[in-house]
Amino acid sequence: MASAITTLAADAPALSAANTGFMLICSALVMLMTPALAFFYGGMVRVKSTLNMLMMSFISLGIVTILWVLYGFSIAFGTDSASLFGWSSDYVGLSGIGLTELWDGYTIPVYVFAVFQLMFAIITPALISGALADRVKFTAWALFITLWVTIVYFPVAHWVWGTGGWLFEMGVIDFAGGTAVHINAGAAALGVILVIGKRVGFKKDPMRPHSLPLVMLGAGLLWFGWFGFNAGSWLGNDDGVGAVMFVNTQVATAAAMLAWLAYEKLRHGSFTTLGAASGAVAGLVAITPSGGSCSPLGAIAIGAVAGLLCAMAVGLKYKFGYDDSLDVVGVHLVGGVVGSLLVGFFATGGVQSDAKGLFYGGGLDQLGKQAIGVFSVLAYSLIASAILALIIDKTMGMRVSEDDEISGIDQVEHAETAYDFSGAGGGSSSRSTAVPAPAPTENKKVDA
Amino acid sequence: MKLITAVVKPHRLDEIKDALQAFGVQGLTVTEASGYGRQRGHTEVYRGAEYTVDLVPKIRIEVLVEDEDAEQLIDVVVKAARTGKIGDGKVWSVPVETAVRVRTGERGPDAL
Repeated sequence: MASAITTLAADAPALSAANTGFMLICSALVMLMTPALAFFYGGMVRVKSTLNMLMMSFISLGIVTILWVLYGFSIAFGTDSASLFGWSSDYVGLSGIGLTELWDGYTIPVYVFAVFQLMFAIITPALISGALADRVKFTAWALFITLWVTIVYFPVAHWVWGTGGWLFEMGVIDFAGGTAVHINAGAAALGVILVIGKRVGFKKDPMRPHSLPLVMLGAGLLWFGWFGFNAGSWLGNDDGVGAVMFVNTQVATAAAMLAWLAYEKLRHGSFTTLGAASGAVAGLVAITPSGGSCSPLGAIAIGAVAGLLCAMAVGLKYKFGYDDSLDVVGVHLVGGVVGSLLVGFFATGGVQSDAKGLFYGGGLDQLGKQAIGVFSVLAYSLIASAILALIIDKTMGMRVSEDDEISGIDQVEHAETAYDFSGAGGGSSSRSTAVPAPAPTENKKVDA
Repeated sequence: MKLITAVVKPHRLDEIKDALQAFGVQGLTVTEASGYGRQRGHTEVYRGAEYTVDLVPKIRIEVLVEDEDAEQLIDVVVKAARTGKIGDGKVWSVPVETAVRVRTGERGPDAL
């Protein structure tokens, strides 16, 4: 009797407590990446725009979470329509999902899958913000995020990962989001900055990072959170693929950091802190799409190539004159493209799927598929994001005024400053600011 | 009276303070400053972008002394501040018309 039940249960996947727990932890790790990104970016801007940079990432946790529950999950992972987007009424408001209902073909509840994917949806628009440092109205940014995830992220996530999505069905390999997350965000960043233009003083004023320790803290936490991002993307750990991904994440990141530092030493004469942090992030980006299909030695090669190419790419903004403030294009777009295309060379056919890359006897087939994935997402995101930015710019205005930009966006947009420099002994203004400002006389008349 | 002003490397502050105390100076004022001399500044690199930083950190020490002590005091400061490397700084003196101790109202040399 007992054995009959076991046999029946073995036919369909059953909820796995181990995988469910593992995925909840992975989701929490990916959540941490967004505040980590905020600090990574926040340290790289000048003192006067630190808080705005933190807030542009942080607000994504608010806006995208709500949109995901309302309709985002349904568009990204609902029943497919025309290979372009999904829709399932049960997923709207997460209203029709049973507690123990499993994600199709896996051993984790739908709720767990939804919350894991939510964290990806949150960090992707936050990534864009680094290119827009110092100059975008906070309300315009909030509106941009709302429109962008709706029109760009949710559908693209469906293309790449959703059952029936056209890139998914074609066989494009994007293990954890090189296409859907990094190329998507990097191309969007490029699209927006081409519309809104450069910071006041770009190429003239020094815009040195105000706190490299914050950058290192952010990069370190990103690296940590990325284990959830990558190792969790197999949605369980019964067959060891997640573990391979964990190893590949670590080794590719290490290789990329070393490659970036080596390039810097040869090119500029020093090993910089920002270079170490940037190289690590470039490696993480590049291994995200490819780490599920390559071996650890392949991961080292992928990381090293990405570290080198991204280090070279960050200088392009000075050459071409677009102000990608914190190198979202140079690190995320270039890193994502490199990682996604290298799948076509380094896929061993023995880990995530049977598809083999050029170096493992697979010919050009997989490389071609990867290229279609890369350039279709790149083009769609670039064009759609530029149009969205243009619409917002023409209606409510995307940028703060030049005066406000120069005096500092933190005070204008958030009425706060990141650091109190009044010094020991207290500032002279403490008494006057503690007293509430008198109400304007017009108001008094109205009250009376 | 003379005002001796020294703009020197920050890490020499302790030596200069000790030397001034040994000389018998009662008080001094120290300010954080920045500037450059012949050595100019230095270059910093952030993701391949090179920035020339002209102004380097210095400290500015000010001491009031009686005329007859001025020359000797300058020597004391210079000796304590010197490392022999570029960027050691400058010391100069200017005449001071008067000085007042705020607490007592004493004037001139009595105020020092």
